Amino acid sequence: MEKPMSYESEDHLNLKATELRLGLPGRDESDKQSSPSAKNNKRTSPEMEGVLYAENEEQDCTPPPKAQVVGWPPVRSYRKNCFQPKKIEADASGVYVKVSMDGAPYLRKIDLNVYKSYPELLKALENMFKCTIGVYSERDGYDGSDYAPIYEDKDGDWMLVGDVPWDMFSTSCKRMRIMKGSEAKGLGCL
Amino acid sequence: MREDRPPPTPSRGGAYSPPPPDQVLENVLEHVLQFLTFRRDRNAAALVCRSWHRAEALTRLELFIGNCYAVAPRRAMERFRRATAVTIKGKPRFADFNLMPPDWGANFTPWVTFMAQCYRALEKLCLKRMFVTDEDLELLASFPSFRELVLICCDGFGTSGLAVVASKCRKLRVLDLIEDEVTDDEIDWISCFPEGETCLESLIFDCVECPIYFEALERLVARSPSLKKLKLNRYVSIVQLYRLMIRAPQLTHLGTGSFSPSEIVAQGDQEPDYSSAFDACRSLVCLSGFREIVPDYLPAIYPVCANLTSLNFSYANISAEQLRSVIRYCHKLQIFWVLDTVCDAGLQAVAATCKDLRELRVFPIDAREDSEAPVSDVGLLAISEGCRKLQSILYFCQRMTNAAVIAMSENCPELVVFRLCIMGRHLPDHVTREPMDEGFGAIVKNCKKLTRLATSGLLTDRAFSYIGQYGKLVRTLSVAFAGDSDTGLKYVLEGCPRLQKLEIRDSPFGDSALRTGLHRYYNMRFLWMSSCRLTRRGCKEIAQQMPHLVVEMINGEEEEVKDDYVDTLYMYRSLDGPRADAPSFVTIL
Repeated sequence: MEKPMSYESEDHLNLKATELRLGLPGRDESDKQSSPSAKNNKRTSPEMEGVLYAENEEQDCTPPPKAQVVGWPPVRSYRKNCFQPKKIEADASGVYVKVSMDGAPYLRKIDLNVYKSYPELLKALENMFKCTIGVYSERDGYDGSDYAPIYEDKDGDWMLVGDVPWDMFSTSCKRMRIMKGSEAKGLGCL
Repeated sequence: MREDRPPPTPSRGGAYSPPPPDQVLENVLEHVLQFLTFRRDRNAAALVCRSWHRAEALTRLELFIGNCYAVAPRRAMERFRRATAVTIKGKPRFADFNLMPPDWGANFTPWVTFMAQCYRALEKLCLKRMFVTDEDLELLASFPSFRELVLICCDGFGTSGLAVVASKCRKLRVLDLIEDEVTDDEIDWISCFPEGETCLESLIFDCVECPIYFEALERLVARSPSLKKLKLNRYVSIVQLYRLMIRAPQLTHLGTGSFSPSEIVAQGDQEPDYSSAFDACRSLVCLSGFREIVPDYLPAIYPVCANLTSLNFSYANISAEQLRSVIRYCHKLQIFWVLDTVCDAGLQAVAATCKDLRELRVFPIDAREDSEAPVSDVGLLAISEGCRKLQSILYFCQRMTNAAVIAMSENCPELVVFRLCIMGRHLPDHVTREPMDEGFGAIVKNCKKLTRLATSGLLTDRAFSYIGQYGKLVRTLSVAFAGDSDTGLKYVLEGCPRLQKLEIRDSPFGDSALRTGLHRYYNMRFLWMSSCRLTRRGCKEIAQQMPHLVVEMINGEEEEVKDDYVDTLYMYRSLDGPRADAPSFVTIL
């Protein structure tokens, strides 16, 4: 628990020297909300004497910490931010997949998490590559369009974009390719 | 190339006539001066007389600009016409800690624009704390001999700028991005290096917070036989690291990236033999990275520990015990950066093994002033007793004693840099409750080679009297939340004969103190004072008395005129007067 720092009292001096604590990561001057949950980082060190504190991650009723001053302590923001809880990539903040387009000199990357549905994704692709992909149909795929989007799934197979539900697609898609309509004809009518 | 020398004596009937004596002398001088490399030596040589000044200017190959606003690009480049390597520093250091509003300046564009005319043969560029745009990088990439780009703490560019550098600089050997802010333009810049063998020797991109296309990186490393330094960002997993290491066993400097697996590794999964990859890197001397370390993988680095001279664990959340398991092999270590999660016990382990340690930096995992920092005077004392050759220390803590600092001043006479940051403001010695005056006093008294000092904790004017009196070689001084009155600053300005850079925040120093430095501001690179007791009138007085000083008043947040005190004063000498690109929140007096 966070007591207001009072260095006057001697009684907790030694205890503090051997305590294991996980403090809340640093916060920048104005915007950032300091989250109450501390990141429990693989620190077990049972060989250390003293009290092992379990940081009370849920409690919000701690007394407010001292008002933080801008730029103090003098640690660069990059370093401060590195140890923030939000940096945990558990929910894959940003599922980037490569997108290639036939004839383009270099690939692009898009973050699938940004889109919630196929129409959004296809529109973004059309914008990015300045092409027309058209409308998906279960029977004919993207027949009639200049281009068709395909993707490589977890098994390494190339699939037509649109066949499976969005969520299944966005978690199994490893990379994408926008192929010319003329080549894609084969995929649509299996 | 235009040179202002007398024209050679015309020859008569084809016969050779020897050049006049002055010209011989100048030729000889140029040949001799080529051997002068240190800046200070060259500056001294240039002051001897006109012809030395001229010869020195023509033979200077490395141009160093300590403050981008101290001289206009034209003036610098017209004097040193043959320079092929340029270093420019921009913003003052306190800008790193959000004490300066963005868009303050330090723009690289005016420099590169002039370089495009004057310095087409440029080979090397190093920028620190400058604002660099993608267009600037594109222009740089068009210089035919350009081969080395080092950007430190810069911002303003993104991966699209990097893509252009990668694809157009055919002779690129060094691309070092160190603590920069790089925007993610979603361009796969690694793929932009041309096919075929590269001459890359150093590729450092650990600060680039964008995912990269790993296969392209792997191919790049495979076709870069000269690559010695490779520092990966945290998007590179440990498996990918393995694949890179086995392709590049010749590496001397390695930044490991995340040092954790990208997905959950199930029991019984076949994992590569990481230890053998490290074992194969016989030349590895510098190791860093560990951005998201899973400590179970630490033993993989044991094979290289004995050869390491530099180890950076400052992003690795590891315990004392985990550190101990590694550090006990690191007998040759000279540079060590670490997080305070290793506690005093971890530092004791360092002190026990690393007898050759020259530089130590201990960073806080929780950088708030009321955090519970697990390192203290105990760790500092241990280091001072074990590492007698220490030259440079940066130490963040919450508890410190004068005794430990005094001990360090006595045990480590080689100290050149002493930066102690007691994170709680105004904290005294936690045992005696006294100010930290005596500790810092001992440092300046006993460490005769000290050139850089950063203070913290509760300090009275007495501390500054020590610093002013004994800090004979101090060039850089950083002060925060310290001192009682103007007298403190006066001590410093009237002492410290070699003072060049003075940065002060939140200390009770006012106009009267500022005046005492009039005799020396032209000999300093800059003075920074924020949240002190300076008034606009006081600053204006200085500006009036010193015409070659640029006196900037920088307003913080809003323009609320709070009690007439100046938010931030930043002043520096300049040969070319006030800059033209000052934003609205900067007033140049």
